[in-house]
Amino acid sequence: MIITIEYYLILSAFMFLVGVTGVLINRNAIVVFMSIELMLNSANLTLVTFSSFLGNSIGQLFVFFVMTVAAAEAAVGLAIIIAIFRNKLTVNIDEINILKW
Amino acid sequence: MRDLIYLTVILPLLGFLINGIFGSKIKNEKLIGIIGSGVVGISFLIALGAFFETLALPLEQRQKIVSLFSWMVVGKLNVSFAFQVDQLSLVMALVVTGVGFIIHVYSIGYMHGDKGYWRFFSYMNLFIFAMMNLILADNFVLLFLGWEGVGLCSYLLIGFWYDRKFEKSTVAEASKKAFIVNRVGDFGFLLGMFLIFMTFGSLNFNEVFSRAVSFNVPAYVYGFIAIFLFIGATGKSAQIPLFVWLPDAMAGPTPVSALIHAATMVTAGVYMVARTSIIYASAPQIMMVIAIIGALTAFFAATIGIVQNDIKKVLAYSTVSQLGYMFLAMGVGAFSAGIFHVMTHAFFKALLFLAAGSVIHAMHEEQDIQKFGGLKKYMPRTHITFLIAALAISGIPPLSGFFSKDEILWFSFANSGLFLWIIGAGTAMMTAFYMFRLYILTFDGKERFGKDKHPHESPAVITIPLIVLAVLSVIGGFVGIPEVFSGEHGNQFHNWLAPIFKDADRKLAHFNLYSHSTEILLMVLSVVFAVSAIWFARYVYLKKPSIASDTAKRFKGLYNLLWNKYFVDEVYDAVIINPIVKTSKSFLWQIADNKIIDGVVNGTAKLIDIFSVNIRKLQNGVAQFYALVMVLGIVAAFFWIILSL
Amino acid sequence: MENSLLLTYLILTPFIGSFLILFFKKGQEHLIRYTALAISTIAFIISVIIYFQFDSANAGFQFIDKFHWIKGLNIHYHVGIDGMSLLLVLLTTFLTPLTLVSSWSSIESKVKEFTFFFLMLEVGMLGVFISLDLFLFYVFWEAMLIPMYFIIGIWGGKERIYAAVKFFIYTMFGSLLMLVALIWLAVYAIGPLGYFTTNLIELYAVSPQIPIDIQTWMFIAFAFSFAIKVPVFPLHTWLPDAHVQAPTAGSVILAGVLLKMGTYGLLRFNLPLFPEVSVAAAPYISILAIIGIIYGALVSMVQTDIKKLVAYSSVSHLGFVVLGIFAMTQESIQGAIIQMVNHGLSTGALFLLVGIIYERTHTREISDYGGIAKLVPVFAFALMFASLSSVGLPGLNGFIGEFLILLGSFKSPVLGSWWFTVFAASGVIFAAVYLLWMYQRVVYGEVTNPKLNGLKDMNNREIFVLFPIFIFIVWIGIYPSTFLKVSDKSTAKVVKQMYNPEKINPVQMGLIQSTK
Repeated sequence: MIITIEYYLILSAFMFLVGVTGVLINRNAIVVFMSIELMLNSANLTLVTFSSFLGNSIGQLFVFFVMTVAAAEAAVGLAIIIAIFRNKLTVNIDEINILKW
Repeated sequence: MRDLIYLTVILPLLGFLINGIFGSKIKNEKLIGIIGSGVVGISFLIALGAFFETLALPLEQRQKIVSLFSWMVVGKLNVSFAFQVDQLSLVMALVVTGVGFIIHVYSIGYMHGDKGYWRFFSYMNLFIFAMMNLILADNFVLLFLGWEGVGLCSYLLIGFWYDRKFEKSTVAEASKKAFIVNRVGDFGFLLGMFLIFMTFGSLNFNEVFSRAVSFNVPAYVYGFIAIFLFIGATGKSAQIPLFVWLPDAMAGPTPVSALIHAATMVTAGVYMVARTSIIYASAPQIMMVIAIIGALTAFFAATIGIVQNDIKKVLAYSTVSQLGYMFLAMGVGAFSAGIFHVMTHAFFKALLFLAAGSVIHAMHEEQDIQKFGGLKKYMPRTHITFLIAALAISGIPPLSGFFSKDEILWFSFANSGLFLWIIGAGTAMMTAFYMFRLYILTFDGKERFGKDKHPHESPAVITIPLIVLAVLSVIGGFVGIPEVFSGEHGNQFHNWLAPIFKDADRKLAHFNLYSHSTEILLMVLSVVFAVSAIWFARYVYLKKPSIASDTAKRFKGLYNLLWNKYFVDEVYDAVIINPIVKTSKSFLWQIADNKIIDGVVNGTAKLIDIFSVNIRKLQNGVAQFYALVMVLGIVAAFFWIILSL
Repeated sequence: MENSLLLTYLILTPFIGSFLILFFKKGQEHLIRYTALAISTIAFIISVIIYFQFDSANAGFQFIDKFHWIKGLNIHYHVGIDGMSLLLVLLTTFLTPLTLVSSWSSIESKVKEFTFFFLMLEVGMLGVFISLDLFLFYVFWEAMLIPMYFIIGIWGGKERIYAAVKFFIYTMFGSLLMLVALIWLAVYAIGPLGYFTTNLIELYAVSPQIPIDIQTWMFIAFAFSFAIKVPVFPLHTWLPDAHVQAPTAGSVILAGVLLKMGTYGLLRFNLPLFPEVSVAAAPYISILAIIGIIYGALVSMVQTDIKKLVAYSSVSHLGFVVLGIFAMTQESIQGAIIQMVNHGLSTGALFLLVGIIYERTHTREISDYGGIAKLVPVFAFALMFASLSSVGLPGLNGFIGEFLILLGSFKSPVLGSWWFTVFAASGVIFAAVYLLWMYQRVVYGEVTNPKLNGLKDMNNREIFVLFPIFIFIVWIGIYPSTFLKVSDKSTAKVVKQMYNPEKINPVQMGLIQSTK
């Protein structure tokens, strides 16, 4: 069986969907963040796939940017969750709804 | 002197201002009275001078316009504060200033001691100012200024004792009624003016009247103008249907009743019809309407007057009745006869009211004639003058009332036939009857007042005006002796005024079908009626008073109807006034404005509110919800792009 | 053309003056009050100078100032006056100092802010009357809403917030429609003229050529905004609330000037910009005006609050003005213009008087009064005088306006029937009813309320405020030419823009010439 580009892309899309579903469904904020990371990594996979199949390294270079941004965003996001936890003693997203009407 | 005619208008205005601004500070009653009466007296002298000057001039020069300044100049409208001195306005001016002066002098004594003494004289002067504007105006708008001005003064003077009660209601209510009813008439008058302006392009008397002769205007236009103006006249001169304010006007002090509601203001309508005679002559059907309304008013008012017990009320209804006569005259085309009656009526009616005032003062403000009786021995001068006036109004020759009333009756027969004459003669009989009922119950017979009343004659300042007016009531008719007696001299009064009515007379083209003998026959008949009515009154009230009370009991329903003045006020209240007030309050205000219109406004706001309340629920603060919406949006956009490719 | 800067000085005086006021500190109330009085009096003097230099024979705009403002959009600071705006400018600058003086005793807190808002309001009002550029007009129109909102909302009565918000949003709703029409009009001008312009004089030439259906929408949009301001039935319900809740000074200026901005707008914009549509719409708008006259009078009659009574009477009086405008004859438009001034004076006086008595008794309910004639005779006289002026007694100002309006409407070829005038004239009966009935219950009769004993009569300051108004009431009533001659030519010009008076037959009722 030859592994063509479609396999990688479908894997990537699937990972993305799992990530989206995870963001929309989970109650725990940390799990939501994990799902976001999953989404970002699926994007990375797509970039590397194209870089490999098209034979140039721009895709791989871009992956570095994405990873950096993901790391920074994870750090800030987790810091916010800790701050919220200190006040509300919960990481359940359904209960963190103060910014409403 | 004619050039100074504007002073007759300005001087009373000055009197109003001086007494009005400084009156409360001038502590001397006499000074206030002198200022108040003096300005009117000087006006009378000027009018008299103008009269003699005009008398000496040939006919073509007898009209003079004295213009003060331009008032409104807009588009085609060009009216000024300008006064027209001619035969008609001079007659009216002499009556107004002359009788007015006499009444002012009387008031010096009558209003003595009243806290509002200065207010009284300033309002009276304002009234003379407005009335002079009315009769001297050379255009309809200035006439209207005077017209409403006298309405205002009537309001102020009727309501002079504004904190008192009057019959079942208050003095203030009576004065408001006068103003409002007058305003209803004014509404008609305004429409008449607008129609005149639209038809003839001007509101100046000379221009309008000459165009009325020369323009080719459809008859119905004249009819409308005439009826609109007449509606104004029914308001001002208390005819059916707008007479209801006059009896209530008796709430005011007696000199007010004498001046305004007998001699002058109420005659403004008659004057107006006389002035616009050419328009009425061009609308003969309306003239018939006027004649009928005049006759009916005369008749019905007389029937009410028979049963009234308040001395001023009897005189008030008598005034309404006599005004009916004047309109009857106008309606049959006897314009100068109507003005003649204006003049003689001013004399004897003012006298009756002033004498009544003298009695009222003597009886300590009692006005019920059932509590009078036998006053002739206590108040000789008042008694004699009252008697003279009563004879005059009953039409007994050779007093003035006979000449003027008879002329009206004659012309209603000659120009319109028997029917109106019969109503007129019947009214004359009733007039004599109720007048002498009043005379006898007040001055003759047994004394019916209690021991606490000490009637005495009034001071000279009151009785001298009475005497002057009595003299005028006697000799005043001699200027209008009809042709049948004076032969080739003709009727002097009629001849004096003839040039004013020449166009109207020509249009009406009345032929003198009847002979002198018919005229004399009718004259004799009316005197006989009057004398028999007087005799009957003496019989009932002196000899057998039981006849009166028995008749009242037997015809209880009729008596009630008359005593309650045919329930006209009650009908107006129920049919017009109460429905309007109630509808305005409960429907227009509370429902239409508050609930419906405002409801729409507030409802719109509420709608937006509800909308917003529901929309904001989208902002529920849960981040995942926002993310979901975002995803859905991306998916939708994605599909849209795919589908449109 | 040379810029005569008089009008600009006129507007700048209260504008700069209001900022000067901000520098005063709390506790310097009397300084604030006197400064404000001085500023507004200077504005009045400037407007009088303009009056004397005004050329009555010239029907066009005078004292024009034109400066570039937003170059890219061809929007200028373009101001000028003609006869009718001159009269309204005079009315504004006349009433403002008097109203400020009248507020000395009733506004005790935040005097500085009040005076600031009031002077800003004057800027807005003057600006509306003198703008000749549509965009500038719109700016000033909106600008006068904000100070009025604050005046009602801060210094008003019990329901002031509701009244202020209602006033603001209701009026703004209308003005937004006007903004749309304004922009549309300015854009439309690109066709014939080649450029976007908001210059009124240029638009006068362009707009009659717009297709009728578009013209109709523009007319409605403009008219809606002005109709809310006037107010025309049924858009009047903001008025009773705003008037009753506003402080006395606010009510006076609201009734005296702000309402005139609506009628002025109708006359300045609706009629000349859209003549055909105006002529076609005239009978319908006149019907609304007449309903306003009668409805306003009847509802006024049954009010129990004196201030609300006077407020509804404004609806009735301005119905006359709208009728006069849409009758489109020279007499009726002249009457409408003079009646705008008259209404400002007489209703302003009535509100001042209500304010005077309210300050003493703190009640406006008629049932709390009765018999005060003996206690306060000067006040009773003043109230009678103002009422008679409002009723339209000949000899006083109200008659001139009402008479000319009714006379003009009767023969109006645009309205086409006398019936309009017949119904409108019945308003004179109702006016007498509601005012005299109120007067009788308040002033005449016995003193029924013991709390009224010891009522103090008008003091010198109050007499000083009313006296000039009364002088003008008599002056306009007896010698109106001083004021009528100013607007005469411009009125004739407006009428000519609407239709050719020579060509159309006046309402056929026998105006046939002499056969001799």
